[in-house]
Amino acid sequence: MRYAVGHSIPRKESWAKVSGRAKYTGDLPAHGTFFARLLTSPYAHARILRIDTSGAESLEGVKAVITGSDCPWLFGIMIRDRPAIALNEVRYAGEPVAMVVAVDEATAELGVRAILVEYEPLPFVIKPSEALAEGAVLLHPQLAAYRKVVDEVYPEAGTNIASRYRIRKGDIKSAFSNCDVVVSARFFLPPSDHFAMEVRCAEAAITADGTVLVTTSSQSPYSVRQQLSDVFNIPAGKIRVNVPFVGGGFGGKSSVVLEILAYIASKKLGGKPVRLIISREQDMETAPCRIGLEADIKLGALRDGTLLAAEITYLVDCGAYSDIAPNMAKAIAVDCTGPYNIPNVSCDSLCVYTNHTFATAYRSFAHESQAFCIERAVDMVARKCGMCPLELRLKNAIRSGDYTPTQVLCTPSIIGDLPQCIEKVKLLSNWNGGKPMAVGPNKVRAMGISCLWKTENPPTDAISGALVTFNSDGSLYLNTGVAEIGSGGKTHLAQILAETLKIDAGQVHVISQVDTALSPEHWKTVASFTEYMAGNAVYRAAQDILNQLRANGAEAFKCSADEIEVENGRVYRRGNPSSYIEFKDIVGGYKAQDGSSLGEPVLGRGGFMLKGLTALDKNTGRGRTGPAWTVGAQVVEIEADLKDFSYRILSASSVIDVGAVINPELMRSVVAGGMAMGMSMASREAFFYDEKGLLKTPNLRTYKLMHIGQEPDYRVGFVETPEDGSPYGVRPYSEHGIIGIPAALANALSAAFGKEITSLPLTPEMLWRLWVEGMR
Amino acid sequence: MLRYEGKTVIELDVNGEKRTVTVRPSDILLDVLRDQLGLTGAKPGCRNGDCGACTVIMDGLPAKSCLVLAVEAVGRSILTVEGLDAGSPIQGAFVAKSAFQCGYCTSGFLMVCHAMLSKYPKPEEHVLEEWLQSNICRCTSYQEIRDAVKSIIQQ
Repeated sequence: MRYAVGHSIPRKESWAKVSGRAKYTGDLPAHGTFFARLLTSPYAHARILRIDTSGAESLEGVKAVITGSDCPWLFGIMIRDRPAIALNEVRYAGEPVAMVVAVDEATAELGVRAILVEYEPLPFVIKPSEALAEGAVLLHPQLAAYRKVVDEVYPEAGTNIASRYRIRKGDIKSAFSNCDVVVSARFFLPPSDHFAMEVRCAEAAITADGTVLVTTSSQSPYSVRQQLSDVFNIPAGKIRVNVPFVGGGFGGKSSVVLEILAYIASKKLGGKPVRLIISREQDMETAPCRIGLEADIKLGALRDGTLLAAEITYLVDCGAYSDIAPNMAKAIAVDCTGPYNIPNVSCDSLCVYTNHTFATAYRSFAHESQAFCIERAVDMVARKCGMCPLELRLKNAIRSGDYTPTQVLCTPSIIGDLPQCIEKVKLLSNWNGGKPMAVGPNKVRAMGISCLWKTENPPTDAISGALVTFNSDGSLYLNTGVAEIGSGGKTHLAQILAETLKIDAGQVHVISQVDTALSPEHWKTVASFTEYMAGNAVYRAAQDILNQLRANGAEAFKCSADEIEVENGRVYRRGNPSSYIEFKDIVGGYKAQDGSSLGEPVLGRGGFMLKGLTALDKNTGRGRTGPAWTVGAQVVEIEADLKDFSYRILSASSVIDVGAVINPELMRSVVAGGMAMGMSMASREAFFYDEKGLLKTPNLRTYKLMHIGQEPDYRVGFVETPEDGSPYGVRPYSEHGIIGIPAALANALSAAFGKEITSLPLTPEMLWRLWVEGMR
Repeated sequence: MLRYEGKTVIELDVNGEKRTVTVRPSDILLDVLRDQLGLTGAKPGCRNGDCGACTVIMDGLPAKSCLVLAVEAVGRSILTVEGLDAGSPIQGAFVAKSAFQCGYCTSGFLMVCHAMLSKYPKPEEHVLEEWLQSNICRCTSYQEIRDAVKSIIQQ
């Protein structure tokens, strides 16, 4: 019998959100708070010759004007390459050049407009292939001098390469010579934006005793603490980071950016509270975006469709600063082939600096981009072999006993069941064989398929924790360091706790906000890792509670602890469930009928640390970066107009091996949301730059998102191959809905138009250009 | 014609109560609701009328409060999500149908739905789409929001 796992309970914070009472960072009262606004660079690359702040400083109400010379520190989670405010040089349009702090936002903005800056424009590069070209301007001539924060990053001095990762498995040279079919293609994906509905916001203050208080819309409160501590030499215990509800993250709020500026501003004001408010436009242009990607893919196969060899180059376009992008280059190297058993692999994955907004994690950590390239190439192989693209994928799907590109031997626990996902999505989507079908004059319907896989790339020693306290009514409070960013992780954790304690999930209350002073450290709310990492901590906290309840029960029933059962909020001696003690009477210790006090109050705690993960071998990539993979298969069906290049998306289907379904409706909705994000990104979203390197699409008038009425019929199915070592076997799943969607859409459109699509976004105009200009 | 200069005290009718606020001519309704009345359910998502997160209901119709000057709202009846106070069936429907995730766009969507359902208790599909196209949700697939509306139409 299941008590909580497998039940579709509503999110714990449901009513806070539908009543408008859920508080996000910018909703908090601001009495006595000062406001900061940013002046940003109008050039993609330029030397700052002079900044005249006198106009701003003379304004009534302006408290401080801060420029790069006030902040000589460099930041970065892998390479310290990014100033908080540009010093001497700007490397992207939108980069902070000055910050004005004033009594209110309007005055701060007036101050921003009163600053005069003189620039000397410099040559710039927007695409990674341009940045690697002979003679290209260097963004960071001092690259070798930067401090490396982690071991696994390899900046190449004298180039624009922030890092490079190599995967070598088998022997591609001889393998390609044995192939009947070889396809080669070059892909280009522009960067795009997370566009969380809540614009990033951060506030900082410093108390009289020197404690730094930060409130921020962040997925990484403990990373905020760490980075402020490291760079400013503040003991971590003197930094307290508070994260209320977060209005969407999608990876974009895992980077530490605004918090640093807010701290600098508060410090300048002697510790007074300062809230940094950025506009939507700055959220897109100044704060980090999604990576771009260029790729060269060569796949070799036998005539029967068996994939033998893959030669791959990925150029991850990280923009002006590296942030976490080197790790994304590594992550897509680890998963470079897609979920296929390809015995011979060579992959070089580079992270390259360019002069545009820097990138950070985006839902699925670059796998949506990587999958686009590989899955398009796999379709090209299928076309050349004259095979159904679904059958070709089924034939090559990675299985237990196969080796991944980094030479991890797959077991069912490690790899799940991709063939079953493919078989199920075939039914769910009514797969038609992948051949376009005419449905009217100039109208065709076509389907495209993509598989997906992803493992994680956390620090090998990342940690999580859970604390559980009881209320006098026997209900519980669950306290973790997981930020509630919309993925419903805390509801899942409550269900894991309830299931393990054999109680109804309604008895578990969750603390929605994170306060680093109160909640146990959780690495970051990223990588869909909440259920695995925090879930393990919660599971252990539940075991801790059970042990304490059994000890109390043993005293109350005067028996051994092994004989005590805990179920339905009751504690009883095995074989005699009718004589029980309710939680409310035993969680605070037990008062016996004779009045004596027995047992101890129950407090649950669980900690979890990742184990058994390794760095990658620098030459071959051999190693294990995550505990397991999540695999899946997705199909998109479209109806295209061959004359005007418009199309409608009819349906989109996903089947993902989630290991175990904790909350069916929550999981379905989060996967569907991921699919929707992928559909919007692939069909219309892009950061385009003009000839001066300025972002042409910095707002919703030019950067289009999907609206209601444009969405297809979303269908979601699950496979459940449990992952060992994960609570109830659940696998990371919450970002994965996006991964194969751009590829599946492009595969459907490629089939419909009879052209091989190699770039995004798939607007009618782009399709028309492909048609008239031929393939790139 | 009314004329406002400098800071002016005006009276707004918000959620059935007369509220006094002090505004500059350029202050938008969104900021006044949030900063002076503590009604933070309406959210700034773009401050450009594109995303709908700040939607409130004015005289029965949805309005993007970032595009309304506070002084323009004088004499109008304003309803915010706080004014629904669990009194609209659309709130429960949003919970039942997973029509939100991060919750940031939710107030705006609720207000559009509430206004639409007041005017068209049984909206056809195209009416629903036309009304709800004013708002953006980045988390859900929209199917859930559509289902939430339909679930109360069928009742």
